[in-house]
Amino acid sequence: MSRIRDYAPIAGESTIEELSLLAERLKGKTIQNINSTAVGGGVAEILIRMLPLLRDLGLNAAWGVIKGNEKFFHITKKMHNALHGVDAPIDRDELDYFIDVNRQNAEEIMADADILFIHDPQPIALVEQKDTLGRKWIWRCHIDFTNPKKDVWDFLKNYIERFDCAVFSAPAFSRPLTIRQVLISPSIDPLSDKNKELSDDLVNGVCERFHIDRGRPVITQISRFDYLKDPVGVIRAYKMVKQHIECQLVLAGGGATDDPEGMKVLEQVHHEAENDPDIFVLFLPPGSDVEINALQRASDIVLQKSLREGFGLTVAEALWKGKPVIASAVGGIPLQIAHKYSGILTHSIEGTAYWIKQLLNEPEYAKKLGSNGREHIKYNYLITRHIRDYLLLFLSLYEQKDIVSL
Amino acid sequence: MTTTFRFLTRLNQVELLGRQAKNIPELLEGLRLVPGTSIYYHTHRFLQQHHYLSPEPPNDFAFWVTNALGLDTLGEELASVDTVSFHTIRDLRTRYLEILESYSQGRKARNGDCPEGQEFHFMSCRTFILPTPYEARNLKEFRDILEKISINSIYFHIFEARLRLERGANDFSKWLEGIGETQLAREISRLDPYTITLEGLRRDLIQRVSRYVENS
Repeated sequence: MSRIRDYAPIAGESTIEELSLLAERLKGKTIQNINSTAVGGGVAEILIRMLPLLRDLGLNAAWGVIKGNEKFFHITKKMHNALHGVDAPIDRDELDYFIDVNRQNAEEIMADADILFIHDPQPIALVEQKDTLGRKWIWRCHIDFTNPKKDVWDFLKNYIERFDCAVFSAPAFSRPLTIRQVLISPSIDPLSDKNKELSDDLVNGVCERFHIDRGRPVITQISRFDYLKDPVGVIRAYKMVKQHIECQLVLAGGGATDDPEGMKVLEQVHHEAENDPDIFVLFLPPGSDVEINALQRASDIVLQKSLREGFGLTVAEALWKGKPVIASAVGGIPLQIAHKYSGILTHSIEGTAYWIKQLLNEPEYAKKLGSNGREHIKYNYLITRHIRDYLLLFLSLYEQKDIVSL
Repeated sequence: MTTTFRFLTRLNQVELLGRQAKNIPELLEGLRLVPGTSIYYHTHRFLQQHHYLSPEPPNDFAFWVTNALGLDTLGEELASVDTVSFHTIRDLRTRYLEILESYSQGRKARNGDCPEGQEFHFMSCRTFILPTPYEARNLKEFRDILEKISINSIYFHIFEARLRLERGANDFSKWLEGIGETQLAREISRLDPYTITLEGLRRDLIQRVSRYVENS
């Protein structure tokens, strides 16, 4: 497990010093995170990495996971899709069931926590307990809020405004609210299995295991099998490129326990792939981080052709590895990529195919995009910046002024 | 004036105001209504997020007007506002309002919307100021600390102290003046820190101070 000091060679000594200065002001405070899944998906991933570092800095950082059955997660999945702007009507009975499950989970809350840090909509109704418990409450939204369906937004807004503060990942997700809103972009951990440096032997070994030919260009999209990630669109873009350039496509990802649609999407992907031996559809089990890291490092181009996106951490992961990335201009992706400078932003399958061809034919330009992208991630999207933002968030709950002398 | 310079650092929390603009009239309205901290944030964000880039992108207003609305001339006018010549956020806001009002009232004004998804989102910031363990009692110590101190500390003493805290001059020049290094203080005051990267500014400061250390 990494210690905060381990990041000094990457983020700089002064960055670690500043984190310690902030953490001193929060020593002894208990912060309890609550979300809906312990494995899979970006939220669980970042909590697994961040909590030990917050503890290392002297905070009591805890994590609780609410329990729900298939029916509950079916409802929250619909809610998730509605927030992404997809038509997914949720009836009154389902909303009542959602609230009931939240109430049943109220015992997950640590009564002595100073700050309750609730992630995403699934456990949002736990805030009902604020009236009796008091404490400071934060709602952290990790998902794309650009075009939420009105009925679901109205339902959630009623809960959001009971919190002390709401946190969003991108400016476009901000809405007029009666509570304070803070921008905190997610981050990647440069020392995690998913992002750490790997030897060529290891990368080659993973490619051999999956029968990927390193002698021909490799285009990769890493994401769970969700239609919002448009894996079918990726295959169509690849087919357009393949008419002119010999290449391979890797679609790799896993599934989260709160994502019942994954298998259905996987079937559609296999259908679209039509047994093309150069398309590698890899449904990876949890704990495949080194394999994902290796696949990204073995790639010539990394794609993230999402239709909707929360932040799109896979983009930051690929850029950190110095890879040229072609991604949709949705959610938090434009924050990570300045078009034609630190990557390529596209809006269609055809545009994606066009840029794949351009970058495969101009490897020097592709390399420059990758190295600029790595710099941008280093300064703005590593876990040390994220920890700093969380420490400031916790401190800000106790301060009212715009300029605070600590 | 104390002869010891205590280095402070500052860290910003970014706040979202829930207000957006999709055209010039909405940008103008937002600029009139948002708190001063929002004007400060949008005119200084680029310095911090892209401090490794040279040349740096201009302020957020100029960048948006140019890239989302395609108004190059207006964008250039907004980008060329000489931030270093303003001593208060109030005056800085007035300057941006004058430019936009003048544009809006002109015969060639284009008030159309930006493409969907490229709206301007007003943000703001809350600033936390912290003491660092570093103190300088003379020029040499000052130079040595400049080499290792967080870039956020340099940012605070040069930008934040002067404009946001309305101290009139940057903290370094004030201290240097106090210890009799009037010439060096003036040199640093005359710098336009908005046209170099923060790391470039650090290098420049170290070079200037080093010259005086060698001559002392």
